[in-house]
Amino acid sequence: MENILNALVVLANFVLIPGLAYGSQIALGALGITLIYSILRFAHFAHGDIMAFGTAFVIFGTWGLQYLGISFGPLPTALLALPLGIAVIILYLLTADRLVYRFYRRVKAKPMIFVMASLGVMFVTNGLTRLLIGPGERRFDDGQRFIIGVRDFREWTGLAEGLALRGSQVITVVVALIAMGLLFWFLNRTKSGKSMRAYSDNEDLALLSGINPDRVVWITWAIAGTLMVLAGTLYGLDKSYRPFTYFMLLLPFFAAAIVGGLGSPIGAIVGGYIVAFAEMGITYAWRRFFSHLLPDEWMPAGLMQVLPVDYKFAVTFGILVVVLIFRPTGIFRGKTL
Amino acid sequence: MSINIRNIVLFSAMGLALVMTGMYQSWPLALTILNMALISAVMALGVNMQWGYAGIFNVGIMGFTAIGGLAAVLIAMPPVPEAWAAGGMGAMLGLMMGAATIFAAILIYKTMQPGKLRGLSIILVLAVGYILTSLVYGPATHAISRVDPAATGFLGGLGLPVILSWPVGALMAAGLAFVVGRVALGLRSDYLAIATLGISEIVIAVLKFEVWLTRGVNNVSGIPRAVPRPVELQTRDWVQGLADRMGMSVAEMARIVELVSYAILFTIVLGILIWLAEKALNSPWGRMMRAIRDNEVAARAMGKDVTRRHLMIFILGSATCGLAGAMMVTLDGQLTPGSYEPLRFTFLMWVMVIVGGSGNNWGSVLGAFVIWFLWVQAEPLGRWLMDVLTSGLGADSAVRVHLMNQAAHTRLIMMGTALLLMLRFAPRGLIPER
Repeated sequence: MENILNALVVLANFVLIPGLAYGSQIALGALGITLIYSILRFAHFAHGDIMAFGTAFVIFGTWGLQYLGISFGPLPTALLALPLGIAVIILYLLTADRLVYRFYRRVKAKPMIFVMASLGVMFVTNGLTRLLIGPGERRFDDGQRFIIGVRDFREWTGLAEGLALRGSQVITVVVALIAMGLLFWFLNRTKSGKSMRAYSDNEDLALLSGINPDRVVWITWAIAGTLMVLAGTLYGLDKSYRPFTYFMLLLPFFAAAIVGGLGSPIGAIVGGYIVAFAEMGITYAWRRFFSHLLPDEWMPAGLMQVLPVDYKFAVTFGILVVVLIFRPTGIFRGKTL
Repeated sequence: MSINIRNIVLFSAMGLALVMTGMYQSWPLALTILNMALISAVMALGVNMQWGYAGIFNVGIMGFTAIGGLAAVLIAMPPVPEAWAAGGMGAMLGLMMGAATIFAAILIYKTMQPGKLRGLSIILVLAVGYILTSLVYGPATHAISRVDPAATGFLGGLGLPVILSWPVGALMAAGLAFVVGRVALGLRSDYLAIATLGISEIVIAVLKFEVWLTRGVNNVSGIPRAVPRPVELQTRDWVQGLADRMGMSVAEMARIVELVSYAILFTIVLGILIWLAEKALNSPWGRMMRAIRDNEVAARAMGKDVTRRHLMIFILGSATCGLAGAMMVTLDGQLTPGSYEPLRFTFLMWVMVIVGGSGNNWGSVLGAFVIWFLWVQAEPLGRWLMDVLTSGLGADSAVRVHLMNQAAHTRLIMMGTALLLMLRFAPRGLIPER
C-alpha cells in the first residue's frame, strides 16, 4: 500500500501537477489562437511574440511596484501588474488591427495574406520586445514560493517520497480556471458574446442582423490580448521569461488548438491539457515511479524514458500528425464557436 | 524575365550598393554579403516555387536548410574509424530497425481491416519495435559519443569532396519534404504551416542532441573546403602579384580571392537554378501550377491531381532549400546547430520573397539580395539611429545605455515594417509576376 502511495506521490509531483499547470498555460494561449481563428479567420503567428511583449510590461510593472515597496503578501507582485500588461497589449493589438489587418478585412483578402501580415507584426513585436527588455532570461517571481514543501510533506505523511506544491502552480490553475469560466459566461450569456458566436458562424447573416463587425473584432482582440498576457505571465512565473521561449510556444498552442478543433474554445482547453500531459508523460523518466511498484529484479536498466526532454517538440508534433491523419477537424469538430 | 529598364535599374542599384560597401567599408565585407545573398537567393527561389507557383505556405524552411547542412558534414568530414568500431554498426542497425518498425506499422494499417484488432496490433508492433530499437540504438550511440569526445565523439562522414554534398543535401531535404507533404498536404493550408513549423524544430533538435551524428552543440568545424584556404592562397605567386598591383596586403588579397571563388561557384548554381525555374515556369507544367494556385477547384475539375502536384512542388522547393543549406555550411566550413534560428532562416526568407515579388524568380533573387543587404547593414544603421534618438538623454543615462546595447534588434523592426509596407502598398513586390 505504501509503495503504491509513494508511486502516486512521484507521479503527482513530476507529471500531474506540473502537467496541470503547463496545460493551463497552453490552454490559455490556444484559446486566443482559436478565438482569432474563428472571428478573424486566420492563423495568428504573432501570438507568441505578442505574449512576450505583454509579459515584458507585466515585468516592468512588477519592478516598479517592487521599487515602490508594494507587494501582494504571499502572492507574486506580478498579479498586481497584470492590468498594466493587459491594457498595453489591448491597445497594441487594436493599433495593429487599425494599421494592418483592417485594410485586408475591407478588401476581403485571402487568409494567407492575413498570415503574412501577422508575420510582419511578429517581426516588429519581436524587435520591440528585444529592444525593451533584451533577449535574455528574466525572473520576476516573488511572494511565497512553496505552498507545500518536500520536507514538510514527508514529515507530515511519513512517506519516503516528497511532494512539492509551488505557489505559481496553484495560481496558474486557479487563474486559468477563472479566466475560462468568465470567457464561457461571456460567450454564452452576454449579448456581445452571442454576437461574436453569430459572427463566427455566418458572417453575412450576422451583418444582416445588424451586428457591428468592427465591435466584434475589437472585442475579439481584447479577449485574445487578455488571454495572451495571462498565459505569458503565468508561464513566466511558473518557469521563466525569455522572449525566444515564448515564440517557440507557438507550436504547442497551435497543436492544442488543432487537436481540439480549430475554432472550438472547449477544444482548445482540452487540447491544451492533452498536449501538456503527453509532453510530460513521454519525456518523463518513469524509473522512479516503477521502482516503487515493481520488484527490484524486474526493473529494466535505463531511465525508462520514451524520449529525452530535448524532443518535447517531437511529442507535440506526433500528436498533431496523428490528429491530422485520423481526424483533421480535431476532437470537437472545429470551426464553430 | 522581360528585359525592361525597371528591372535592370533595380539590379544595378543593388550591385552599386554592394560596390559602395566594398569601397567605403571593406571588400571582404561586401563579398561576404554577396555570398550569403547568393545562398539566400537560392533559398528564396525554393520558397518562391512553393508560395509563388503553388501557394503552399511553408514555415519550416529552417528545417530543410539545416538538413542540407547536415549533408555537408556527412559527405565531407573524414570518417572516424574508432567511432565506427565502437558503435557504428549498432547505430546503423538501430536506425534500420526504427525504420522497419514504422514500415511494419504502416503495412498493418494498410492491409488489415479497420477495427480494434488493427489498432491493437499497430500499438503492439510500435511498442515492441521501440523497445528493441532502443536496446540496440541507445548503447551504440552512447559508445560513439564516448570516443574522444573533445575532438570527435561522432561517426564523421564519408570523406568525399564537399561539393558532392550539395545534391545530397537537396535529396535529403526532398526525402523529409516527401514525408511531411504526404501527411499534411491536401488538408487546409494552415495545417501544413503548423506541420512544417514542427518538423523544422524537430530537425534542429536532432542536430543539437544526436551527438553521435553531428557532435551536437559542440559543432562540427573544419569541414574540408571547396576552394583553397587563404593560408594556402597566400603562398601562390599570382595572388602575391595581384596584391602588389592592387596595393593590398597579401592576406587580404588571399581572403578576397577565396570569397570570389565561392561567389563564382554559387553564381553558377544560382544561374542553373534560375534557368531551370524559368523554363519550368513557362512550360505547360508551370501554367498548370499557376492555374492550380489561382483556382484549385477549377483545376480539379479539369482533371488535375492537385494534391500530387502540390506534393511535387513542395518536394522541389524544399530540395532547393536543402541545397542552399549545404552551400551555406560549405561556405562557413562548420555546422553550428545552435545558430539555426527560425526568425533568421524561415521568416526572413518570407520577407525576401514577399518584398522581391512572389511568383517571379528574378523578383525572389532581387528580394534576397536587397533584404540580406539590409539585414547586415541595418545593424550599424540601428545603432546610429538609436544614438541620434537617445542623444538628448545624456551619455550615462541608464535608459540610453540599455537601448544602445539592444540597438541591433531594431533591424527586426525594420524587416517587419518593410514586409508590412510591401504587403500593403506593393503586394506584387519589386518585380511583379508577369
